[in-house]
Amino acid sequence: MAAHAHTEVPVKARRAYGKYVLPGIASLLILGLLWWLAENIHHEGTSYFITIAFIGLTNGAVYALVALGYTLVYGILELINFAHGDVFMLGGMFSATMILSAFHLKAGASTASLIVAILGSLAVAMAACGLLNAGIERIAYRPLRGAPRLAPLITAIGVSFILEDVAIAWKGPGYTAVPNVLPTGHVFSVSGVTYTWEKLIVLLVTVPVLVALVWLVQKTRQGKAMRATAQDRDAAAMMGIDVNRTISFTFLIAGALAGAGGLVYALYFGQIRYDTGFQLGLIAFTAAVLGGIGNLPGAVVGALLIGFIQAFNEGLTWHSPGSDWTESIVFSILILILVFRPQGLLGERTPEGS
Amino acid sequence: MRRRVFAQIGAAWWAFLGRLGLTKGRWQRLPRTNRRAVKTVVWLAIGLVLIKIGGVWQWSALAIAAVVLVLVVPDYSRITIRGRRVGRFIVPVMVLALAVTYPFYASSQGSVNPGMPQLPIFGPVPQMSTMVGMAVFAMMALGLNFVVGYAGLLDLGYVAFYAMGSYTAGWFASSQFAHQNVFFGAIGVTPGLTGFHFSIWLVLLMAGIATAIIGILIGLPTLRLRGDYLAIVTLGFGEILPQIARNGDNLFGTGFNLTNGTGGITPIDPPGFGNWFHHHLGLPANFLTLGTNSDRAFFWCALILVLLTVFTSARLRDSRLGRAWIAIREDEVAAAAMGIPLMRTKTWAYATGAFFGGVAGAYYASYVSGAFPDSFFFQISVFILCMVILGGMGNIWGVIFGACFLTYLNLEGLSNIGGWLNNHFGPGGSDVSLWHKPLDVPEYAYGIYGLILVIVMLFRPEGLIPSSRRAAEFHEGVHDQPLYDAAA
Repeated sequence: MAAHAHTEVPVKARRAYGKYVLPGIASLLILGLLWWLAENIHHEGTSYFITIAFIGLTNGAVYALVALGYTLVYGILELINFAHGDVFMLGGMFSATMILSAFHLKAGASTASLIVAILGSLAVAMAACGLLNAGIERIAYRPLRGAPRLAPLITAIGVSFILEDVAIAWKGPGYTAVPNVLPTGHVFSVSGVTYTWEKLIVLLVTVPVLVALVWLVQKTRQGKAMRATAQDRDAAAMMGIDVNRTISFTFLIAGALAGAGGLVYALYFGQIRYDTGFQLGLIAFTAAVLGGIGNLPGAVVGALLIGFIQAFNEGLTWHSPGSDWTESIVFSILILILVFRPQGLLGERTPEGS
Repeated sequence: MRRRVFAQIGAAWWAFLGRLGLTKGRWQRLPRTNRRAVKTVVWLAIGLVLIKIGGVWQWSALAIAAVVLVLVVPDYSRITIRGRRVGRFIVPVMVLALAVTYPFYASSQGSVNPGMPQLPIFGPVPQMSTMVGMAVFAMMALGLNFVVGYAGLLDLGYVAFYAMGSYTAGWFASSQFAHQNVFFGAIGVTPGLTGFHFSIWLVLLMAGIATAIIGILIGLPTLRLRGDYLAIVTLGFGEILPQIARNGDNLFGTGFNLTNGTGGITPIDPPGFGNWFHHHLGLPANFLTLGTNSDRAFFWCALILVLLTVFTSARLRDSRLGRAWIAIREDEVAAAAMGIPLMRTKTWAYATGAFFGGVAGAYYASYVSGAFPDSFFFQISVFILCMVILGGMGNIWGVIFGACFLTYLNLEGLSNIGGWLNNHFGPGGSDVSLWHKPLDVPEYAYGIYGLILVIVMLFRPEGLIPSSRRAAEFHEGVHDQPLYDAAA
């Protein structure tokens, strides 16, 4: 060893040098982005910029609900649940049906009826999507536990297509419109910066759901079982944890989150279609990867970042690519993250698995 | 649990046959060829009865049954001439002959030959235009098979290669770039036309090479990833490239029109052999001037391309490179330990698959005379993947079968089935009215493919016509049995 040490010195030196290349490029990119943002603020004015940022925050909240479902399932099963976006879409359709047919909400409804309707739809959508997701796991993923890793991924794609067809059969291929039931008045309006009630309601639904999820995963016995199963399935089984039940429970929770996301989406964006879930699901998945897949706070951070990126890209006008390119930008981020930093921004776990 | 259900069904079946005097032991003592003959005859009889009851009977059905018997039953593989095993080529050559002569017996004057029988529900045999699609998609599926079947890399963005091939044909065989005026062996183009006009045969090669380069460019950074992450990255590229195609009419605000946006590039020059070959060999100068027979020429050319692909597939599979692919598929770590350069081998799989995807895309663009961004979506990637999985990953016959069957469903079968369903059960149907609005079955096409994916993966993950090696991987598994399922 000692005889070779002399020749190894230049190699080590080169490696130490190469260590700075990637962070260097990354910081250059980030500096460029910040400069672009600053130029935009300069051109558009601060108040417009902050209004756009609020849109980004709202989008990010919706993405966070869906991204958490991806990250929960990936954390426990190392499976990219392709069907998750479509469960979210069906959640939106359940909510739309509840709002339109069960609660008969119309634009300008009273606050009390609005609260009742939102909570009622939320409960129904979360329950229905949770059960749906757990059922999908039981039918399409569980029989393939011992199979090569790509087999459940392929069934997940199949299930995703089936769910889209269920939506077509149920609501037709066109958009299902949800009337503008959320109040659009200003929460506050300070020197040109306006924040409307509909955006606040999105947060009012999202944040408690997220807090409840964190409590469930961190504090309860079931959450402990989930974390144990995610860490090492075999060891968890030996400790007396019913692994299959825990996985089912995880899918139930993920589906419930998707259902909540569906309700929020239907209320806020006002229209939903069979392929909404696929597009939004991929964006949310990108968010989960960006934050570090398997990492719950990471998913939220990633979702907010993606939300901001989308809002800035579509809202700002100074040399921004525009909404035509949103998907390309999001997927470019996905590819760059996967190639250069597969553990994501916050994640410890590498997606390569072990 | 699934295995137990199958075992019980099997037991009940043998108990039934035992009452008729055919026990399992007796059946298994029969020679293999005899068993196959009995099975084939039974299935053919069922098919013929179904045609007689529900379809349109023609005596030609008997001829088809006889051909199937000759193809399936005898064991040709042992036939040798002077010690050379020519027997294994007999069935492929017969199938090829059937395919080549298809326009003569199955179509007349541009539509389906009325002398052919019609299946119940599915309706008549495929038209010539469907056959062209089947051949092109067989080629694409074989291309994807290099990546998914041989190297075991899940590629969810294969549509990017299809798009790249189509657009290469659009760039080099149409009037897209109006400032240029370059002719190189193009057929059937008015001399004054602007743009690049290369001979389609050259364009096919260019498309293949351009797509292979794109494949390498995509592959180099991403092939380090494993399994599902590679799938997601390819999916990302499969979404980005078509989006560039959709928005490419004004790239970066410079006004440079690369792809003509949502309108797509059209028309694209048709293939042909030119006047010299027309006069000396009788080959068609320009496929479009053939009228109703043009589909034949397109079909035969597509068959030649498929043959090339099959040849490449078979030869590469048994080569050093192909064996390296299979080794990587079965165990990447072990393959690397044996000295296989992972990145280079995977990139070759990617480039080869991309090449054939590009050629097929360019040929199809020439056939439909346009490259339209609407035809490049994620669903197409999954559609092609579904062909490979349904037929049998890694098996050339299986992939071709999957491609033909699914393309047939996509272009003709589903609307035939929908028509049959609506006639019998739809509004004012002949049997009962189960639904009140005509059912649009082709609208549900992708859900049906999704269902096929799920069912195949759950019940026969190796596909309908598997390669024995792949089947073993799926049944023995590549991982250890998990502890917690051991009791179940």
